[in-house]
Amino acid sequence: MTHPGGYLDSASSEPLHPAARESLLAALDRGYADPRRLHKAARDARLLLDNARAVVAECLEVRADEVTFTSSGTDAVHRGLLGLVRARRSRGDVILHSEVEHSAVRHAAAWGGRPRLVGAMGDGRVYDGDLVENATADVAVCALQSANHEVGTVQPVGEFRLPNDVPLFVDACASMGRLPLPRGWDALAGSAHKWGGPAGVGVLVVRRGARWESPFPEDDRVDHRGSGFENVPAALAAAAALRAVVSERAGTTARHHAMIDQVRAAATALPDTEVVGDPVDRLPHLVTFSCLYVNGEALVTELDRRGFGVASGSACTASSLEPSHVLAAMGALTHGNVRVSLTRETTPEQVDAFCAVLPEVVAGLRS
Amino acid sequence: MTHEVHAELDCRGMVCPRPIIELARHVEDVSIGELLAVVAEDPAARYDVPAWCRMREQEYVGADTAADGVTRYVVRRLR
Repeated sequence: MTHPGGYLDSASSEPLHPAARESLLAALDRGYADPRRLHKAARDARLLLDNARAVVAECLEVRADEVTFTSSGTDAVHRGLLGLVRARRSRGDVILHSEVEHSAVRHAAAWGGRPRLVGAMGDGRVYDGDLVENATADVAVCALQSANHEVGTVQPVGEFRLPNDVPLFVDACASMGRLPLPRGWDALAGSAHKWGGPAGVGVLVVRRGARWESPFPEDDRVDHRGSGFENVPAALAAAAALRAVVSERAGTTARHHAMIDQVRAAATALPDTEVVGDPVDRLPHLVTFSCLYVNGEALVTELDRRGFGVASGSACTASSLEPSHVLAAMGALTHGNVRVSLTRETTPEQVDAFCAVLPEVVAGLRS
Repeated sequence: MTHEVHAELDCRGMVCPRPIIELARHVEDVSIGELLAVVAEDPAARYDVPAWCRMREQEYVGADTAADGVTRYVVRRLR
């Protein structure tokens, strides 16, 4: 038993999929050589890398030559977003993005251009009119997430009426593997450890024909969009996990939707508690809610003591002094916040147990 | 501009969710229609006072600044 049933934080990191473990162990012995060399061991490593790329491309329904493995999801975000900006630097350096983007996008935008933020509505969605109004001639790139990592709301990224000459970067880290990719983007990023692959593998997809230039020093590796020696075994393991979760997706999604509906109902039944995010058009595995008058850190600690591992966007959690910028942008209550996210192995019994302890934990902390 | 309030809660130095707990505890110190201010340095108060008002069906009037520069969040009691 590697994970007690109460691990409910897959949105931070999904446990390694058995398919990934198997591929990783097999590839560790075969994929060590430099895939750019001409000898047999190198050809072997190159074969594994190309195989991993082909599998990821097939799962995502993109072309293999559009896929690059990066050293993390954050690295894929940085390269994808800033590479589009760099290719359009003669036009301007404004990076248009929403207030609910992941910090990887926010930090990249602040580092590599002039951020221009558009707000989010109460459900976490961007208002199309705001985006269109702000997509002026000096905008180099628009960056939007496919779905929000904290509240689960799906952003209809392909449906916004952006001008045709404004390229779109999509941060798909929260949804890759769990939902099909949206349409209408130029570059897109994903993160393997969020779908059950190993940590340290990101996926960057740049559309053929998209104008993209490396924002960082070139590195003469197999793929000009990445840098550093390729982690071939990890890429292969990430691909194997992605193939497995995509093939299992219909069943997993249905199970997760039902279990999250149950958690939503249990949270809604708590006094002075609000469930945040779209109830229907959302990531299947995740829900966030906030309880008035409760300290977020105390809530996480007490749930942990009872065997449930959850995340929180509250400022009172030890990791930050500021509350979650996502909750703040949505006008949601930021204290007493809990994010529950299911793994592929979470069972209805574990969700029952969580829903059963929740009222007494919250009541206990309020008294 | 500074709002004319009927009562002020000194929540300086308190961290979340303490200022909101104080607000809930003292909202009935003022009459319906009157203003109550929460003076707090806690960064979460900026978001949580308006969220509390929405959830508890009270009116969030806005923020101003106390004499010492700390932010005051002004609430109108509606019920």
